[in-house]
Amino acid sequence: MTEASVARLDNVSLVYGKTHALDGVGLEVPARRMVGLIGPDGVGKSSLLALVAGARQIQQGSVQVLGGDMADQHHRRAVCPRIAYMPQGLGRNLYPTLTVLENLEFFARLFGQARAERRWRIDELTRSTGLHPFLDRPAGKLSGGMKQKLGLCCALIHDPDLLILDEPTTGVDPLSRNQFWELIERIRADRPQMSVLVATAYMDEAQRFDHLVAMDAGHILATGTPDELLARTASSNLEEAFIRLLPEAKRSHHKALEIPPRRASEEVAIEAHGLTMRFGDFVAVDRVNFRIERGEIFGFLGSNGCGKTTTMKMLTGLLPASAGEALLFGKPVDPHDLLTRQRVGYMSQAFSLYSELSVLQNLEMHARLFHLPAQRREMRIREMLERFELEDEVDSLPDRLPLGVRQRLSLAVAVIHQPEILILDEPTSGVDPIARDGFWELLVQLSREEGVTIFISTHFMNEALRCDRISLMHAGKVLDSDTPQALMDKRGLPTLEATFIAYLEDALAEAGEEQPGATAATPPARVAASREQHARFSLRRLLSYSRRESMELRRDPVRALLAMLGTVLLMFIMGYGVSFDVENLSYAVLDRDQTTTSQSYLLNIAGSRYFTEKAPLTSHAELDRRLRSGEISLAIEIPPGFGRDLKRGDHPQIAFWIDGAMPVRADTIQGYVQGLHASYLQELAREAGVDSAQPAEVAIRYRYNPDVQSLPAMVPAMIPILLMMIPAMLTALGVVREKELGSITNFYVTPTTRLEFLLGKQLPYIALAMVNFFTMVLLAVFLMGIPLSGSLLTLSLGALLYVTCSTGLGLLMSSILSSQIAAIFGTAIATLLPAIQFSGLTHPVSALEGASAFIGGLYPTSHFLTISRGVFSKALGAGDLLPSFVPLLVAIPLLTLASVAGLRKQEK
Amino acid sequence: MRALGNILQLGLKELRSLYRDPALVVLIVYSFTLAIYSSATAIPEAPHRATIAVVDEDRSPVSQRLLNAFQLPYFVPPVYIDHAQMDSGMDDGRYTFTLNIPPGFQEDLLAGRRPAIQLNVDATQVSQAFTGAGHIQQIIASEVAEFAQRYRSVAALPVETVVRTAFNPNLTRAWFGAVNEVVNQITMLAMILTGAALIREREHGTIEHLLVMPVTPIEIMLGKVWAMGLVVLAAASFSLAVVVRGWLDIPLQGSLALFIGACALHLFATTSMGIFFGTVARSMPQLGLLTILVMIPLHILSGGVTPRESMPELVQQVMLVAPTTHFVQLSQAILFRSAGLDIVWPQFLAVAAIGAAFFAAALGRLRKSLQ
Repeated sequence: MTEASVARLDNVSLVYGKTHALDGVGLEVPARRMVGLIGPDGVGKSSLLALVAGARQIQQGSVQVLGGDMADQHHRRAVCPRIAYMPQGLGRNLYPTLTVLENLEFFARLFGQARAERRWRIDELTRSTGLHPFLDRPAGKLSGGMKQKLGLCCALIHDPDLLILDEPTTGVDPLSRNQFWELIERIRADRPQMSVLVATAYMDEAQRFDHLVAMDAGHILATGTPDELLARTASSNLEEAFIRLLPEAKRSHHKALEIPPRRASEEVAIEAHGLTMRFGDFVAVDRVNFRIERGEIFGFLGSNGCGKTTTMKMLTGLLPASAGEALLFGKPVDPHDLLTRQRVGYMSQAFSLYSELSVLQNLEMHARLFHLPAQRREMRIREMLERFELEDEVDSLPDRLPLGVRQRLSLAVAVIHQPEILILDEPTSGVDPIARDGFWELLVQLSREEGVTIFISTHFMNEALRCDRISLMHAGKVLDSDTPQALMDKRGLPTLEATFIAYLEDALAEAGEEQPGATAATPPARVAASREQHARFSLRRLLSYSRRESMELRRDPVRALLAMLGTVLLMFIMGYGVSFDVENLSYAVLDRDQTTTSQSYLLNIAGSRYFTEKAPLTSHAELDRRLRSGEISLAIEIPPGFGRDLKRGDHPQIAFWIDGAMPVRADTIQGYVQGLHASYLQELAREAGVDSAQPAEVAIRYRYNPDVQSLPAMVPAMIPILLMMIPAMLTALGVVREKELGSITNFYVTPTTRLEFLLGKQLPYIALAMVNFFTMVLLAVFLMGIPLSGSLLTLSLGALLYVTCSTGLGLLMSSILSSQIAAIFGTAIATLLPAIQFSGLTHPVSALEGASAFIGGLYPTSHFLTISRGVFSKALGAGDLLPSFVPLLVAIPLLTLASVAGLRKQEK
Repeated sequence: MRALGNILQLGLKELRSLYRDPALVVLIVYSFTLAIYSSATAIPEAPHRATIAVVDEDRSPVSQRLLNAFQLPYFVPPVYIDHAQMDSGMDDGRYTFTLNIPPGFQEDLLAGRRPAIQLNVDATQVSQAFTGAGHIQQIIASEVAEFAQRYRSVAALPVETVVRTAFNPNLTRAWFGAVNEVVNQITMLAMILTGAALIREREHGTIEHLLVMPVTPIEIMLGKVWAMGLVVLAAASFSLAVVVRGWLDIPLQGSLALFIGACALHLFATTSMGIFFGTVARSMPQLGLLTILVMIPLHILSGGVTPRESMPELVQQVMLVAPTTHFVQLSQAILFRSAGLDIVWPQFLAVAAIGAAFFAAALGRLRKSLQ
């Protein structure tokens, strides 16, 4: 690699299932330049960027970045502090519940910056991006443009040499987009040594870049400066140039879009009067009015978070308006009116079809739910497949399809029932130019030929120009609304983009929001980066993960509260609820003797606190029936002539029928019956003056719990069980949730090791579990009156080791499983059964056999149960309990290692 | 008719989703096969392999005879120890029981001086402690009586008892354990599958998509109820027929059809509960915690682990609200006591009522949470 290139790819291929995302790509990325990747979606731009950033595993070929091979783990570790990567999607790498400041601090800490440096950098970055006034706002509540700026700040916090941005401005309004690129330019002016690699779908942006790489279908079409590409293709703009670069077969599909004029219609399809939506104090939509005629294409322009989506949801009846009203076909929107829904098609912003169903299955399900008659259904589905060019993808799963194709499917689904109104929320966001034109062709057809009213929101100015009328929206308010030409004329500006920016600037000035100021031109004095950056293990990085995790836990008080109150509540329920003192067993008597002798025998049983007598039995059939129904669990039959036989010394027999369906209870009953019978015999003997006493006695001493109370026996056992299940469930979603929501990328591309990541996540939950533990011990001792006979220190030490195990078990589940449902289910399976049945709660582990004995012997709960009972009831010290401490000490590193092994440091 | 069609379609969609999540399918299969098997075989007979140690200060034929009476599988062979080891052994939990046979025991016995043997029980080993102590007492009594009989006559008992245990003559623990575990798995799965499916639809935005179609919340709910119910019902029936009857060789006497009917009803109740919790929890992590918090009491207090009779009155009353309490009773009655519908109808009614209540509550919350 020469000095002049920052990254070089040789013959790189990447395959997902059957899709070739990259096919033998060779590319040299010049250093100190702003290099743009352009091309439609699904051509491999994101994959290429992820490979260069080290976020994705290399399958084939070589990727050299900053002078080393990215397949080499050591090189990756060494260079990742010099690379910054901002993945695709608004705020994908941010933590939505943390504030702007906290997000920035987290990243700063990861790169080992000391407090002073951190402060200075955050101040610098937020001032230059205009984020400074919003330091305390949670990232999730920022608008799209601000989220992207924050993402950029997070990426720039460690002065990277290579900045990788994957479609950073998709879904951002034109003003913010402008500001974003100005910001990048200023930063590059400050740090000319930095190379920037950007993917974008906006061709007008690509014009700014130094060097362009045009991609299609996993191949590179052309590279060069924008002017070179224009000259080579003899085009006037890049959009055109790109289309000319495409292979013949693809180009032939494309033709310039023409929109026939609309015939005016008297009928009003959609109408809104003072439509308002409030969420608490926040006004999302503020007194919006519009009136849309039948067959009109009505565009909604505005940044993310300006209220477009909320307005659309109110129109569909998904959200009830706080004030004002919306009318469809002259009737107020009624969420319960199923007939109106038949006339409306809705396509939401995010892809919201079932990713588990194939293309055909999705179409079929929707057709059926709209109750198209069987014959028409098939015809209509075929028609849709043809019209939206989905025939080749009938059996594909939506997730495997490029975004453009997915959007076509979404639209097909939205129109399958031939609605009269289409509400489309940013349907073309992130879709490449050719696919967008194709999409619009369909819309025009629907509007002009079928008279469908289309209400559409978009970020693309060229799309807005195609609308019959547009509304410009900002911060919940409609700024103006007219035909695109009329709006431009009003401002006297040549382009719609400039017009919109002018409107936005006016609105911002009115609201008095701070504009991003110019940066102090002083280049950031580079504070010496700490050596820790390259260390194999850094406590600082570990702790910054702990800090973040505990902040997120604090932002979700319901979860922490559930964990705390839940444990306490359960300890009470279980402590008092589980007992082995079986009382009030119901029984009935079939007394076929009916003499005073038989009655005195029965009196002996009726007087016992263990039994409750039910109505007497009259026959064997009744005995059988009542035993069968479970109404009685014991039946006693006294034979005819019992009294007489007893007097004669004929040894009469009394029959006891015990319900054996529940063996534990049957055993107890058997014991009680024998005891009562023995005491009757003694009584009898005393009356007769005979010495019937046993030849020897057994004196029973119940140790550790002389009064044989259930509470002191149960509570020390409940503490370990609860400390297994709740902490494990708390950590179980820690990693898998980041996988599902996307913030896991931060872990892939920062110098954090797997061990730091996992331990960092585990620490806050260990702390929470220890708080739980102390609360339970306090309650047990002071409220439930259970003496703690041993040392609290020993017990706490055991608990600390134990909760490390239980949180470790949850993390293990989280590391190896890939969906949240599976993680919840897996954790429930891995904790409930072994902790309750195999760990000695009801039966000692030594009494188990087979698989359960094996599990019971290994499972941490068994050992902490011994410690807990030992300290609570037996006053044992750490020395006595050593054999129980050892397995816990062994389990901790084993669990952690298993989690480390199960977690990937790169996406596969 | 329209509604039925929608419910059918919505349910089919759930089944297809499940089919695409192989990890989940593996977990379901595991929970109805291996989990049942290991749990059923785990529950020891009482007492089973109880640990016992003896301080024998008599060393006489009678003490020897006593020790030989403690045999597997009830007791692991007794260990001889001294006084000091007795304390430490019990402290460590090595022995649940220790016997102390005093010096001159045989002599005193034969002289009719009624000597006493001390039996120490580790009361922290709850269930084994109580039942085991009773067994030991009996063994000692009968051994001593037999020994003494050879030397002096002991009168026969004036009244004899005949104890018969109906439905499970040998009180084999696995019978009950297996069925109880099936009940537990049914409850857990039904709750997690529906609750999580709902939250996933919300997190992925697909629920909104449904709501702009001519589909009502009640249809969405019923679609989930029948689909997840069917999956669990099929798994449970398979488990009973193949794992419980076949592999574990447990004779199930009652009508399997009636039991499956009861299962279906129970699934209606538990899937409704699942949806209810899905609407209460705002995110998957909250749902996970909520599930555990509900599952533990359901698992332990519905009469499957310890008899209901042993619980305080208040707990018994509160647990009547849980469908599992009735379902445990139902399954015992049907599968072991061969009870028919004429006998178990009150439980059927109770489960149906609880199910309806949860269904109504879930529907109300679903409507609200979707707005």
